[in-house]
Amino acid sequence: MRLFEFEAKKIFEEYGISVPKGGLAETPREARNIAERLDCPVVVKAQILSGGRGKAGGIIFAETPSDAERAAERLLGAALLNSTVKRVLVEERVKPLRELYLGVTLDRLERKYVFIASTRGGVDIEEVARAAPESIFRRHIESEFRSYHARELAREMGFSGSNMLNLSSLMVKLYNLSMDLDVLVAEINPLAELKDGYVALDGRIIIDDNALFRHEEFKRLQEKEWQFRMSEVEYEAMKYNLNYVKLDGNIGVIGNGAGLVMATLDLIHQLGGKPSNFLDLGGGADSERVAKALELLLVDPGVEGILINILGGITRCDEVAKGILEATERVRTEKSIVIRLSGRREKEAKKLLTEAGFEVLEGMEAAVNEIVSILRRGF
Amino acid sequence: MAIYVGGDTRVIVQGITGRQGRLHTELMLKYGTRIVAGVTPGRGGEEVVGIPVYDTVKEALSEYEAEASIIFVPSPFALDASLEAIEGGIKLLVIITEGVPVNDAIRILNYASKNNVTVIGPNSPGIIAPDRCKIGIMPEDLFMSGEVGIVSRSGTLTYEIAMQLTKKNFGQSTCVGIGGDPVVGLSFSEVLEAFREDEETEVVVLVGEIGGELEEDAAKFIIEEEYPKPVIAFVAGRTAPPGKRMGHAGAIVMGNAGTAESKIRAFERAGVRVASSPSEIAELVSSEIQ
Repeated sequence: MRLFEFEAKKIFEEYGISVPKGGLAETPREARNIAERLDCPVVVKAQILSGGRGKAGGIIFAETPSDAERAAERLLGAALLNSTVKRVLVEERVKPLRELYLGVTLDRLERKYVFIASTRGGVDIEEVARAAPESIFRRHIESEFRSYHARELAREMGFSGSNMLNLSSLMVKLYNLSMDLDVLVAEINPLAELKDGYVALDGRIIIDDNALFRHEEFKRLQEKEWQFRMSEVEYEAMKYNLNYVKLDGNIGVIGNGAGLVMATLDLIHQLGGKPSNFLDLGGGADSERVAKALELLLVDPGVEGILINILGGITRCDEVAKGILEATERVRTEKSIVIRLSGRREKEAKKLLTEAGFEVLEGMEAAVNEIVSILRRGF
Repeated sequence: MAIYVGGDTRVIVQGITGRQGRLHTELMLKYGTRIVAGVTPGRGGEEVVGIPVYDTVKEALSEYEAEASIIFVPSPFALDASLEAIEGGIKLLVIITEGVPVNDAIRILNYASKNNVTVIGPNSPGIIAPDRCKIGIMPEDLFMSGEVGIVSRSGTLTYEIAMQLTKKNFGQSTCVGIGGDPVVGLSFSEVLEAFREDEETEVVVLVGEIGGELEEDAAKFIIEEEYPKPVIAFVAGRTAPPGKRMGHAGAIVMGNAGTAESKIRAFERAGVRVASSPSEIAELVSSEIQ
């Protein structure tokens, strides 16, 4: 679960990491009011979940409250990097002495968390890794990241005295919040160095979805503010625990198993088709779940045909068949549906479906071929 | 010989009284796996398909000897169950559970490595040595004994591939599902190492997907070790968009890292043939097994 910048900054504050003074605005007028309250030049920042916001024009400096209002007007409602901007963060403009990078992230290969720090903040850290690797300092975390680990890192970066103490203390705070909140990534980029301390100018936090069960506050946030984070279809899918990702084609895809579904999407592309989505039912889906998944695609106007690819190990093919029949009874459709069912109880499934007039294929490749050619023919 | 498991591997089932635990205990027993006991806290004294249930791993292992444990417990309890098994002396841990927090997985693996315990998973379908032992949930009728070793991050995609291999009479020596999570126990390289030592295995099929660097790491291993057996790879997710989690917690392209292209390039550089579809795998295997 990705957090917005303003959400990340709220967490930083809770953990004692300074952030610029500011407020959230949903209208240009609100932006103006915040700028007036702050009584200084501000920066108006689009609150979207994708990276690369700056380059795409999502960050606008504003000298006066009217400028702030105009900036907010430009940003709010705009399409930016595949999202619509619904909120902006209006903050006091901070002029740093220099900019640093701090981050806690996962090193999957090492199977450890890693604390990364750089004296080159304010730019893409991957770029820095390529262009100036000597300015990146890493510490893989064995069992914990303590104050002395942080001091060692700050010393390696060339800091000393009170700067070193302040920076290392901040590092520990970032580490602590990362562990408390089960993050996959927690980044401050840039961290502004000022005369008297450090301020986080931007924040990026991604919470491990697998840990949401123990973070009630994030679960509630996701539920309450779903329209800021996902489309209606994605929300429906989330409610039913369906793994769904929207793509931009016209062939709906449902399968059982993430790898199988990914391979199905790849095969569709290979044969010249365009999938409209990824949807993994997971193992052992019952007819209700299958029906819900299929309904999602049936009511999607962008979907012109649907491929269902099931290899039944734990999943019962006849349960899938029942789900398909339920869904197509509930939602009248002209869309072509090609079904591939193989495995557990496939005979029973095939009987149910062919009796209802559906085409059931045995092989994955044949099924992909079929749906792609049906749509190519323009049926 | 099979790797990691054999016909005499003794197994306990943690989470045996749950729906999954119960179902798969029965299926594994039918397959011939030596399940000796089960553990579900609070249900000690019960029986599941004739297998005695205990409240703790300690009690189970005081009555029965076992080398392996298969874990079906729900994700919030997987850490606790895993640590309990490791502390109890289990040497092979197969974690089927999906949804284990990464932080927990890291702790499990840390403790496991300190105790020389092999972990398969989490979010894994398990391991099968056809005709000998199945510690997992894969549909056994799709597999048959033979000379192809399979190591995979997927579940049903692995079954699809095994099914096609079996249909063409290429049986499997051992099939290891390393799991779909971002941080897992056995890596591709480690399983390749085990397959290298395994006389039964003549060809290895490696099924990867987007996210992480396990495939690149395997390619490096193949080059550095001058890997003596042919490896055929498949990488799912060539057409996945960046930044989106494709079902598996570990199947996500972050920026430029973990793309299918990067993995395929790494394999090609290592002399590994990469199938462009699951069905092509069987063809490539056939060309390697003269």
